[in-house]
Amino acid sequence: MIESAMEPGILQGLVFVGAILAIAVLLYVGYAVLERVAEPIISFLTDA
Amino acid sequence: MELLGLSIGLVALFVSFGFTVGVLFGFFGMGGSFLITPTLLVLGYPASVAIGSGLAFYFGPSVIAVLKHYDVGEVDYRLGAILFVVLSLGIEIGSRLIFGLESLGVADLVTGVAYVLLLGGIGALFLQRARSLSDDDEGSNGDDAADDAGGVSDEEIPPIARRIQSYRVPPMIALSSGGRASLWTIGGAGGTVGVISGLIGVGGGFIRMPTIYYIIGTPLTAAVGTSLFAGLFAGAYGTFAYGTAGSVDLTVVGLLLFGSALGARLGSAATTSVDENDVIVYFGLMMVIASVGIALRELATWLGTDALDLLSVFLLVGSSFVLGLLILYKAAEAARASPRAEPVPE
Repeated sequence: MIESAMEPGILQGLVFVGAILAIAVLLYVGYAVLERVAEPIISFLTDA
Repeated sequence: MELLGLSIGLVALFVSFGFTVGVLFGFFGMGGSFLITPTLLVLGYPASVAIGSGLAFYFGPSVIAVLKHYDVGEVDYRLGAILFVVLSLGIEIGSRLIFGLESLGVADLVTGVAYVLLLGGIGALFLQRARSLSDDDEGSNGDDAADDAGGVSDEEIPPIARRIQSYRVPPMIALSSGGRASLWTIGGAGGTVGVISGLIGVGGGFIRMPTIYYIIGTPLTAAVGTSLFAGLFAGAYGTFAYGTAGSVDLTVVGLLLFGSALGARLGSAATTSVDENDVIVYFGLMMVIASVGIALRELATWLGTDALDLLSVFLLVGSSFVLGLLILYKAAEAARASPRAEPVPE
């Protein structure tokens, strides 16, 4: 078991690093998708 | 009504403040975590949580920046690896100092005073730069050669770094640029930056890059890339060091990152239409006002009154909002004016 092999504090620290990493990747992918979806709509509205 | 354990007002504040900080970060390339930690302090978060969350916030945009650019430019990997180790050691020492100061009950005061000096100092430097820019404009005859006369090109090593490198104290480390720097210089300079990062919760990019350039001595392009590379891992270590003690507020950091990711894209896009020199004086003013805001909060704590708390939040957060909005307004104004400026061929 990972929990028994590590101090609880170390595991907690790793969880925080993993969580921030996951949030950053999620935001990067999320905004990239949003930009791709929004781009044709914005250009359509601008052209109109 | 509560959301994620915070009041709706605080959720809105963190998302919008993250957005503003993102705009400033995207536009100026700095101004990330060193606005987050003092704001959390002013909002009443304990010093260790404010610092830990500030470092965790710095780590997020570093990851996004690397994902966006796939690489971080020209990196001296050997120097970056040594810097990562010494920065992490420094952050560890800084975090232990903060936990020690917290047990003595003076961590908030020490961090607050450090931020008054830091933000005030950076603000004064930017105001000075704005003044010299305006003097250059008045005295300039359109010849930029004079500006470059005392300058150093991106590929050169500044004279002060050459002088430091001339003191050969073994072990000497070979740099990718061809020069050699003493491990003691790298350790001393990187360790000091790490202690400052760990002690006040800043990513430290604004001191790390000049330290690599002026003290260790690499060309500017390598200093920028190596600073980002070492900073990414040091940010992860800072999150880990404060995370082990549970001193990272994941909800607050997540909300700030949510706003900041969007703001950074807009701020970075604004650089193509807004001249940095036009708003640099406001950046300096914002820093000085933020510094006054923290000083007021420290004064209020010392006087044992809550009366100045609201004013200090207003000064710190409000000045950032005003500058962020000003940049977006100028970008929108430039975008509106640009089609009219284009001549239409008959």
